[in-house]
Amino acid sequence: MIQHGPTVDANLAKEHGLASDEYKTLCDGLGRAPSYTELGVVSVMWSEHCSYKSSRVHLKTLPSDGPQVIEGPGENAGVVDIGDGQAVVFKMESHNHPSFLEPYQGAATGVGGICRDVFTMGARPIALADCLRFGNTGHERTSYLLHGVVAGVGDYGNCFGVPNVTGDVVFDDSYNGNILVNAFCLGLAKSDRIFRGYASGVGNPILYVGAKTGRDGIHGATMASAEFAEGSEEKRPAVQVGDPFMEKLLLEACLELMESDALVGIQDMGAAGLTSCSVEMAARAGSGVELHLESVPMREEGMTPYELMLSESQERMLMVVTKGKEQEALDTFSKWDLDAAVVGHVTDSGKVIVKMHGEVYADLPASLLAEGLKYDRPQERPSYLDEVISLDLDTIAEPDDIGETLLDMLAAPNLCDKSWVFQQYDHMVRHGTVVRPGQASSGVVRVVEPESGRKKGVAIAAGCNARHVYLDPYEGSRLAVASAYADLVAVGAKPLATTDCLNFGNPEKPGTMWQFAESVRGLGDACRLLNTPIVSGNVSLYNETDGVAIKPTPMIGMVGLIDDIDEVVTASFKEEGHHIAVLGALGGTLSGSEFLKHCHGQERGVPIPFEMERHSKVFAAMLEMTKARVLASAEDISDGGLLCCIAECCLGAQNLGAQLSLPAVEGRLDELCFGEGPARFVVSYSKENAAAVARAAAGCGASLLEVGVVGGRELRLNIGGELSMKLPLAAMAGAFGGAFEAFS
Amino acid sequence: MARHFGVIRFPGSNCDDDALHIVNTVLADRGATGEILWHKEHSVGQVDGLIVPGGFSYGDYLRAGAIAAHAPIMESVKAFAKAGGPIIGICNGFQILCEAGLLEGALTRNESLRFICKDIYCRIEGRPTPFSKDIPAGRHIRMPIAHAEGCYRHPDVERLEGESQIIFRYCDADGNVTSDANPNGSINNIAGICNASGNVVGLMPHPERACEDVLGKGGSAGLGLFESALDSLANSGAAR
Repeated sequence: MIQHGPTVDANLAKEHGLASDEYKTLCDGLGRAPSYTELGVVSVMWSEHCSYKSSRVHLKTLPSDGPQVIEGPGENAGVVDIGDGQAVVFKMESHNHPSFLEPYQGAATGVGGICRDVFTMGARPIALADCLRFGNTGHERTSYLLHGVVAGVGDYGNCFGVPNVTGDVVFDDSYNGNILVNAFCLGLAKSDRIFRGYASGVGNPILYVGAKTGRDGIHGATMASAEFAEGSEEKRPAVQVGDPFMEKLLLEACLELMESDALVGIQDMGAAGLTSCSVEMAARAGSGVELHLESVPMREEGMTPYELMLSESQERMLMVVTKGKEQEALDTFSKWDLDAAVVGHVTDSGKVIVKMHGEVYADLPASLLAEGLKYDRPQERPSYLDEVISLDLDTIAEPDDIGETLLDMLAAPNLCDKSWVFQQYDHMVRHGTVVRPGQASSGVVRVVEPESGRKKGVAIAAGCNARHVYLDPYEGSRLAVASAYADLVAVGAKPLATTDCLNFGNPEKPGTMWQFAESVRGLGDACRLLNTPIVSGNVSLYNETDGVAIKPTPMIGMVGLIDDIDEVVTASFKEEGHHIAVLGALGGTLSGSEFLKHCHGQERGVPIPFEMERHSKVFAAMLEMTKARVLASAEDISDGGLLCCIAECCLGAQNLGAQLSLPAVEGRLDELCFGEGPARFVVSYSKENAAAVARAAAGCGASLLEVGVVGGRELRLNIGGELSMKLPLAAMAGAFGGAFEAFS
Repeated sequence: MARHFGVIRFPGSNCDDDALHIVNTVLADRGATGEILWHKEHSVGQVDGLIVPGGFSYGDYLRAGAIAAHAPIMESVKAFAKAGGPIIGICNGFQILCEAGLLEGALTRNESLRFICKDIYCRIEGRPTPFSKDIPAGRHIRMPIAHAEGCYRHPDVERLEGESQIIFRYCDADGNVTSDANPNGSINNIAGICNASGNVVGLMPHPERACEDVLGKGGSAGLGLFESALDSLANSGAAR
């Protein structure tokens, strides 16, 4: 073994992010002290980012099975059957830490990474979604981070050529020091041609393909496994640089090679680069690998084994091909002008052996590295919950003018029109986008299936109301799942499965760990009830700066199937004279609402919980109505409540007003107008379809209340026969459409 | 019947499949067919029309379209143009045709300095070209744009205007050419032009994304460009 580099001891291990007991575990496992290269390899594999050491005990409680599931967690992405021999492959992943340090490249490489995870499995990416969280719009860094992240997401996806069809952007003080960039990608594959990250077949060559390896991104995974503090900007060199053009070539070349029978296993080099890729492929297959690093295409001279193993240079893949078919693979890559080289071979040693010019630099058991560490960290219910749980509405003055309040709400950073963001993303490339961002709460892409003649579609919902999770991690997480489910059924999609991206603070703090455990319990319960198993996901911990953590944010990406894209409905009102109704409960609660935060600066109270028995009837009714094609529009009522929802339905492509008549209320008017709660929808339909709509609701046991008619150039609201509000469309459009530009 | 289109695939093209889908699927009942042409080939082969698709050829490195303009296949594309064959360059394809000298002018960074993806309207005008002559002059249609470098520049734009080489002009929903309707700062609201002979057309909007009603409820007005090309091929009886 070559002892290249500094002497390895517990102190050096600590500098690599390994605690002293972790270093001892390593030495015990090896029966000796590690070499410098080995220390580097182990430190990234055992980082929180790669090992999930704090989260694994909880994640294993999540439901991941179902007849629709082809591949659950553990692979590069989840795979779900959509019939006709087709499967969708999807996952959501965070790129929070790098994006905070270097927003453009951090966000861009986040998109690149998630796309590679998907096409690695043999799927062509057909849709992207991005959930972004920034600090207060007035915070000094917010505008810089927003511009950089949106441009980074856009430039990468636009060049790579995948439409970005949905997602959300939320501003909250808790993200001032830790923004969230969660990227989702969905691909389409043949269900019997799924590729996995297996290093199988002793003697099979290991191919390296793609960009050359440089010194960028070394220890990126370790960076993502620690809190930020003053001076974190110095970690900027640990952020990688993306090249979407290279990735496009890689995509086409890989998909082309996958048509042949040369490929045995494949994995992208993401976090921890060559290290995690080779270790995981060997561990999954129960085999071993031997690498010859001198063959790795390098960007600069004199790179050491340590650097080569730890580099996080982007747009690189590792693959195992059938012995004798190397040339076929190399020819394919040469056609696409890509660098490729045989850098090793599969063994049956169970070890990852790293050589350079014949000398051994690392000799490690793959299982020791891949299984890593596992902690059941202490939990304690944080005390802030006692404080925020109560809300005394008597202290909240009712608005004098509902119309003024609505305009104020429509211009709120979290509710206003986000065109500024999604117009920077190509959301139409690949001729598949049926529902564009902003047209509904889910994005929809069609799935071309010429053989069966079916006109299927796949709907994607992505987001999370972190305020609800902050107020009650268990119920809030259940609500996040229910909300994604509602987003899907609103466009007529039957929800199939889920991916999650769990963003939390420092797991070594018992309060954060408690939030995490409760949240996972809530996600699991809700996904079990709704039969939307979690097939892939990602955990991002240590989202904390100077000891201040983000609001717990378990981002949900949910995917649904649409049998016939002609059934799809969007949010906007379509025609004068159409009836408007609320499906589900009419009113909501101000507890934990956007209204309470935006208009009164308070984040407290307990949100209305998701109740399967009651709310699933509303979801069923929604699906029945879209199936029967009796709706002209549908939109789920979420942040901002009933009135904001209806205002947005008015401000669609047709730009139509509405006349609303609500029954006199005993409670508060602001609660009726801006209250929030699960499983509520605003639907519109023609007079001819009114009876069918009512029948569908009654048949499912869901409540349906007609509240008005589409028409005119203003939004009028009568309550108990009295005019409460009258707003011209132009005023609403001005507030809704002009706000983002003003603070961005 | 001569209705076979070649769609050129450069490394980084990403609207090539979209264009192929239009000729092979959407217009299949009109007898249209298409094939992908690889950039490393030296001949466009037996085609009746060429589509230079959108995307980021060669990553748009150097300048959008600059490297693709020198790809091996471009000599054959130039010969095809010289022989009067119909060619349409869409978005990056327009940029490539300008860089290759088949069209005049240049596409520079959008005035906003941002990528813009949205529906716009543009008015059809100018001389009849294979891709516009079936669309009555003065009609305006809705199509999406998706580009960061679509701001058209020409040192002597009045000459192009005088020669009726402006074929597509950004306008509002009512067909009025206004500065508000100009999404990228192009001179004279120019969205697309043709060459002096009229057989080579380039435009920034994406007609291939506006050929099916189901896509984004965006309408299918873009189909008119391809139908026009089919009709002109049928009438010219171009030999394959």
